[in-house]
Amino acid sequence: MPTLVVSITLFVLALLIGIEVIGKVPATLHTPLMSGANSIHGIVIVGVVIVAAEANSPLAYVFIFLAAVLGTMNVVGGYVVTDRMLEMFKSNKNEKKGESK
Amino acid sequence: MTSATVGTIDIVAWFVYLFSAVMFVVGLHFMNSPKTARKGNQISAFGMVVAVLMAFVVLFAKGFVNIVAVVVLVVGILIGAVAGVVSAKKVKMTDMPQLVSVFNTVGGGAAALVALNDILTKDGTPDIVVLITAGLGILIGSVTFTGSLIAAGKLQGIKWVKKLALPGKGVWNILFAVLSIASLVMLCVQPEQRLLWSILTTVFALCYGLVFVIPIGGADMPVVISVLNACTGTAVAMSGLAIDNVALIVAGALVGSAGVTLSILMAQAMNRPLISVLAGGFGGGSGAAAAGDGPEGTMKETTPDDLAVQLVYAEKVIFVPGFGLAQAQAQRELADLGELLKNHGVEVSYAIHPVAGRMPGHMNVLLAEANVPYEELVDLEEINPQFPQANVALVVGANDVTNPAARRPGTPVSGMPILDVDKAQNVVVMKRGRGMGYAGIQNELYFEDNTQMLFGDAKKSLQAVIAAVKELLA
Repeated sequence: MPTLVVSITLFVLALLIGIEVIGKVPATLHTPLMSGANSIHGIVIVGVVIVAAEANSPLAYVFIFLAAVLGTMNVVGGYVVTDRMLEMFKSNKNEKKGESK
Repeated sequence: MTSATVGTIDIVAWFVYLFSAVMFVVGLHFMNSPKTARKGNQISAFGMVVAVLMAFVVLFAKGFVNIVAVVVLVVGILIGAVAGVVSAKKVKMTDMPQLVSVFNTVGGGAAALVALNDILTKDGTPDIVVLITAGLGILIGSVTFTGSLIAAGKLQGIKWVKKLALPGKGVWNILFAVLSIASLVMLCVQPEQRLLWSILTTVFALCYGLVFVIPIGGADMPVVISVLNACTGTAVAMSGLAIDNVALIVAGALVGSAGVTLSILMAQAMNRPLISVLAGGFGGGSGAAAAGDGPEGTMKETTPDDLAVQLVYAEKVIFVPGFGLAQAQAQRELADLGELLKNHGVEVSYAIHPVAGRMPGHMNVLLAEANVPYEELVDLEEINPQFPQANVALVVGANDVTNPAARRPGTPVSGMPILDVDKAQNVVVMKRGRGMGYAGIQNELYFEDNTQMLFGDAKKSLQAVIAAVKELLA
């Protein structure tokens, strides 16, 4: 739907937001953050669904099947593993509330 | 389906994708603090679910050309979901960095496949915009695919991957970079030959991914993975431009710039410009030569009982955890020892080097798992002035980040900020064997007069020390 000009504008603005958001994250959260960002690019699965609508050849089926497997693995696995990492921060969060300076 | 309903659903989809993009930004924002980080991840996941459901709604509302594609799609998604959940649930804490790299591999592969599909399976010649954006998607996605795979292999410690070496590495880098970009240009110039040129772009880019990561040393892998993560994001954004989808464009660009920013931060933590990390300066020299230049002298060994005495009679103890701690799964033992000493009145803190372990924050996650209070984990800048006051610095499986050689120019670790462990009154190093660190050089710290070594598995050693401490306190 968007024209190329609008798309490129969105692309550039999103780049700037990415820089701004990361600039504030403490080093301690870098690993979960990298993992979390990693799962976000699993959005490619939406692209796979979109191209599947027009697919009509064996070659396209192969592409879509492989892309669907890889993309879903990226997105689902990424969120689960990030959650597992962050779960560990939660357990000590409750304890430290009283003693935080 | 009338054209009016198609128009409406397109507009609805646009706003739903926008909503998902906002969820991604909010999710990343909540990852600023350990308190809200988990919620942030869940918000981001929610945005993802909404976007994927919307894509399916559009698919069924607007119709599809062939049912086979939908069946293949759904089966693929189910297989991918099961594979993702199983690998994410089963992985050990120590292996998480590799898994992130593997997920990055598959993400890059998926982005490249979407772009390839767009160029190869459409009827008619694609226009120049599609050729450029999809071409870039293929190129970047393929580089990430092989690059991340090698990075994961190196982190996993797969021997033949670690041993891979390229004579004249710079030449290969330039060669494949030029070849893949040239193929991409030809793809845009000769779209009628798109099958040939897109395959060549893919093959050369895959080769470039290999030669790009192979020469880079294991210690720099976190930075490399972060860079490749940014690449995947950009590849996804390019695929998004090619198929005109706002969700892919925004989310891809977000990850792209966030990944680059994160990589720069990580490289800064090692006090080296990102460029020199990527040029493969670290550990590039042959191991044999580096070993020959090793420090002279002998290592002094100690026993768990000795260490227990030192710890119990100390006023201030600093623990220095490293990858060895993760490898031995000894985080709970270390936390227990810290707890024991604290109850006895000893001041205990944990020195966290920004790149200790295999990823920034690796140690924080590990120690958080063992319920070490967040406040006891102290950053490099804050802890370094405290080492001279520490009676004992206990190094558990950390190596390169404590090597005083980094203060001198001309060594593979030169310029990297280190923990000033050698300034503590006594240093005890728990280490599995006499091997070298990831940088491939011997640690001069081990030969200092105030350093004692305790060889063996960190978990067993710590258990022995805990038993000895309990005996002393009884």
